[in-house]
Amino acid sequence: MTRPVFSQAADRPQRSGVLALRRKIIDKLATGMSWLAMLIVVFVLGSILWTLLKNGLPGLTLSLFTHSMGAPGTGGGLANAIVGSLLQTGLSILLGAPAGLLTGIFLAEYGADSKLARTVRFVSDMLLSAPSILIGLFIYMVLVEPFGHFSGFSGAAALSLMAMPIIVRTTEDMLRLVPVSMREAGIALGAAKWRVILFICVRAARGGIMTGVLLAIARVAGETAPLLFTSLGNSEWSLDMRRPMASLPVAIYQYAGSAYQDWMQQAWTGALLVTVGVLIINIVVRVGIRGGRT
Amino acid sequence: MDGTAEQPTQAEPPQITRRWDGDALFRTLVVLTGISVLIVLGAIITVMVTGGWKAFSTFGPSFFVTAIWNPVTQHFGAVAPVFGTLASSFLGLVIAVPLAFGTAFWLTALAPPTISSVIGMAVQLLAAVPSIIFGMWGFFVLVPVMAHYVQPTARHMFGHVPVLSALVSGAPFGTGLLTAGLVLAVMVVPSITAVMRDVFVSMPTVLRESAYGLGATRWEVMRQVVLPWSRQGVVGGIVLGMGRAMGETMAVTFVIGDSNHIGWSLFAPANTIASLIALEFPESPAGSLKLSSLMALGAILMAISFVTLWVSRIFLARGEARAGKRS
Repeated sequence: MTRPVFSQAADRPQRSGVLALRRKIIDKLATGMSWLAMLIVVFVLGSILWTLLKNGLPGLTLSLFTHSMGAPGTGGGLANAIVGSLLQTGLSILLGAPAGLLTGIFLAEYGADSKLARTVRFVSDMLLSAPSILIGLFIYMVLVEPFGHFSGFSGAAALSLMAMPIIVRTTEDMLRLVPVSMREAGIALGAAKWRVILFICVRAARGGIMTGVLLAIARVAGETAPLLFTSLGNSEWSLDMRRPMASLPVAIYQYAGSAYQDWMQQAWTGALLVTVGVLIINIVVRVGIRGGRT
Repeated sequence: MDGTAEQPTQAEPPQITRRWDGDALFRTLVVLTGISVLIVLGAIITVMVTGGWKAFSTFGPSFFVTAIWNPVTQHFGAVAPVFGTLASSFLGLVIAVPLAFGTAFWLTALAPPTISSVIGMAVQLLAAVPSIIFGMWGFFVLVPVMAHYVQPTARHMFGHVPVLSALVSGAPFGTGLLTAGLVLAVMVVPSITAVMRDVFVSMPTVLRESAYGLGATRWEVMRQVVLPWSRQGVVGGIVLGMGRAMGETMAVTFVIGDSNHIGWSLFAPANTIASLIALEFPESPAGSLKLSSLMALGAILMAISFVTLWVSRIFLARGEARAGKRS
């Protein structure tokens, strides 16, 4: 009755030879296709990394880090874009991490399965997968248009909306891994619930929460679309977050579409820098997780 | 937890139980932060809809069925970019899903464990590469290949076949729907592969082993045991990838070709909602009908991505419930 489909061959001895051959051929075909798919994927992804290295490495000079963006042919660098990216990413994490942490605490420790918590969880996931260009459009309408100018602050605000949901999710997941007995021990010693959460649970889960923050940095640092309409980009050296501000991804976008050889070179080198930075953070996180779980 | 904390016996000194411990304050703080997440999403939706209101009210329902996008005559319709969004994502998925499935099958059933973990980690890492990198790669590597080799070959082979000729018509720019689909496929393959691998691995080993014990080949185990078992999770992963593809801006903007026409040709330049916003926004003054039309498109994209996420969650949650029940 519950006979598996693949044992049909055994029921008919006289045809089993043919069927076995047929099954073998189908298996070879399928596994062959699987190998092919894997090779295509590895080849294409390898091609992307190779293109990046091949085109990006020749432009990796010291002046790239010491000069601001300049007109084609004047030997400008990407210093202002690198610093702008660091500033905006840093501020976005300063804004997004506390909000994400508190929301994660709400979901794990207070909300549990209540209707409000389920809604917040779903909405946070929606923000996580919301098209990033819409985040940029939204911040443009609420922080750029009313003030009449683009600014580094609005860029950081847009990025913080992208960083927060990642931190919410990892914080909640990590807090749920903290054993109940640790909470009970804290409560039994007479600690208030908020102290138990902050000084026992969050402390115990701090490795995992840091992972979330790092992943958020990696995600946000490479985002272009939310910055196009918020911090806009700036070809001059500027640390004033109230003014338009350069960032590496936006500089790459502007330079890659240009017709000038040296701008295109800098776009590739900038792309290499962003990718290497993002990949290093991800590798650190993964190796860290593996080390922590042994 | 609350219960144990609030059980004072009569003998206990009152100052300990009455002590102000800040719980109420902290609770209020985290609940308010949680609610602020709802407010942010509500604000995004409100801003998109009110921003697009001028377009909705000027064109009425015809906004949703007009394929014209003409800044000169100030006539805007949503059909062309919506078509481009759906078509490029569809093409991307048609290419990405078999590749991701094959790779996940290879990773879970064919590869030696050490190599599997190395390649699996590499594929996962590539899901983190910023999308602008995929766009640049598409623009500088894929577009010339499409223009010089793929499109001329396709025209040569199918140009005279009645139905297929429409699919391959157009000048060989190298940019267009198919190129965008390819770049999107490359971009979502790592994440779809990662989800598929996770669901395949989450199946109880006993099921896999008993199937092998009955003499099943690797493909039969995959096709008749693993796939039926993990169907929900696989569909959820695919829909998640679709959501990512439809909302993608940078990877598409480089290679889509920026044209608001609808046609059958795979090689015709087109636009997605996201690429149209990225390209035309800088030329849309505040308060203009064009900006409002872009916001209206943003509202439509928001709705599309909301529905996709919702559907993927339903499938993934069903898959998880199943994993919990069986394991």
